[in-house]
Amino acid sequence: MLTKLWEDKRLTAKKLLPAAFVLPHLIIFTIFFIIPFFYGIVISLYDWHLFFPDLREFVGIDNYTKILFDQESIYYEYFWNGLKNTFTFVLLSVPLLVSVPLLLASLINVEPKGYKVFRAIFYLPSLFSIATMVLIWRWVLNTNVGVLNITLAQLGVDYIPWLSDQPFAWISLVLMTVWWTIGGNMIIFTAALKEVPESLYEAGDMEGATDAQKFFYITIPSIRHQLVYITIMTTLASFNVFGQPQLATGGGPNQTTTVLMMYIRNIAFGGGRPNPGVATSMAVILGLIMITISIIQVRLIKRMGD
Amino acid sequence: MALDVVVKKKKRRAFIILSIISVIWTLPVLWVLSTSFKTEQEAVSGGLNLIPKQFSLESYFYLFTDTNNNILHYIKNSFIAASSHTLLYLIVASLAAYGYGVLKFKGRDKLFWLLISTMMIPAVMNLIPLYSIMITLDWLNDLKALIIPGLGGIFGIFLLRQFNLSLPKSLIESAFLDGANHFQIYWHIVLPLTKPALIVVALFSFMGNWNDYLWPLIVINDDTYRTLPVGLALMQGNYNIYYSRLMAATTVSIIPVLALFIATQRFFIKGITMTGIKQ
Repeated sequence: MLTKLWEDKRLTAKKLLPAAFVLPHLIIFTIFFIIPFFYGIVISLYDWHLFFPDLREFVGIDNYTKILFDQESIYYEYFWNGLKNTFTFVLLSVPLLVSVPLLLASLINVEPKGYKVFRAIFYLPSLFSIATMVLIWRWVLNTNVGVLNITLAQLGVDYIPWLSDQPFAWISLVLMTVWWTIGGNMIIFTAALKEVPESLYEAGDMEGATDAQKFFYITIPSIRHQLVYITIMTTLASFNVFGQPQLATGGGPNQTTTVLMMYIRNIAFGGGRPNPGVATSMAVILGLIMITISIIQVRLIKRMGD
Repeated sequence: MALDVVVKKKKRRAFIILSIISVIWTLPVLWVLSTSFKTEQEAVSGGLNLIPKQFSLESYFYLFTDTNNNILHYIKNSFIAASSHTLLYLIVASLAAYGYGVLKFKGRDKLFWLLISTMMIPAVMNLIPLYSIMITLDWLNDLKALIIPGLGGIFGIFLLRQFNLSLPKSLIESAFLDGANHFQIYWHIVLPLTKPALIVVALFSFMGNWNDYLWPLIVINDDTYRTLPVGLALMQGNYNIYYSRLMAATTVSIIPVLALFIATQRFFIKGITMTGIKQ
């Protein structure tokens, strides 16, 4: 009754009221999210010039066909190499970025002495900016004077060019990413593990299940929602990889770690003749790949049922 | 009794494994800290000592007096950008969350879920067009480019709205009967009651803005407005082989976030847990 009265008199009478609350955000959202989204599609259909509007020329889907099919074009080479490298990073990093925090969370979930301190320590690196993180690891992994190689040398191992030779460059990029970003996933997993009913494990004990069996048959199914959520978010984040290779390996050796985001940035804003149209079409394709993958992953959850 | 022993054994095992991993996790940072207090000669001498043989503040002195790329200047810019962004976002997001969570208007939920569904659009698709818009607005080399566009973010609104929905309706209704209007209710009732969520949103917007790298790298070329991550990346080139100096810069860059984390740790954990479970 009361609610009814309130809604009728106060709210419908002042139809403009919601606008005052919602509009500031909606305006900003439109200018900086919605417009760029459509504007991007327009740019990708042009030979675009950022600072010289007069030189812009409509080229239809030329930018797309160039990067996708035109083997003569340098952009074709850039795009496919970048895409390959980005996928390499995703495939190498996502399994670790999901499993390592899950392992840490299961240990923390036992609540040993000082588990809060451990949790804080593992979370700490994710507070650092990428520049800080890379500076730390470039120093640790430095070929000639880095602490890791010096330690290895004392154990009789030859100096390893961690950032300038393959497969070490990928190993380094993936490991520094693991060190840097697992904190958030670990905390989500820890919260999820706490919710698993103790009775399930007790039942497992009665059946004489081993720890591994309990992990795969009780823990994993119980936290599958968080597991899928984390896998999706981590996959999407990994597709955006840019700073690690840009700052740590410079995309080398021989452009084997030059990921697609690096090409996009270089082509749009780099030296020489920038080509924002081509770069935007690369970004659109990368975006579509990411959307497709997250839709597939969401479908998979749905199929797993609730 | 036997169960107790098993639990104890498990805890001890977990403690040992976690201790080992923690040492591995912390060593890089300790090594950076140690290098920053060494002389340049000692830093590259190949010694494995964590405690400097010769304790030196030389690198820090250099760092703070460097006029070419001054780290304190970058920190100041980062602070201005991140705190302005955070403050404005709290206002914009809490207003919108009140709109989508407390007010009732036609199409409210449709509009809200439409907003949420746009979160699926990867940011990379907007990068270059957004840059074009910055050119149009004349915001290149301007902190506005780092402060304003992110105010359109949905994440905080989503979180705050969830909180608003859980507030007891009777509270708002009785305020109405007392003659309060929506702005008064928003300000005097809803904001104070959602303080924990506001803190979480503030922390995440601040950290996100503070650590952002790609966007500031693209829109800011003028050292006057350069923020810390991009400034640091630049130092990596400029200081080149002066490792002690570089590590002093790295250490200084860690201090602000570390202080913030220590002061607000429980909100971080709460915030991450909320985002992980509710979505």
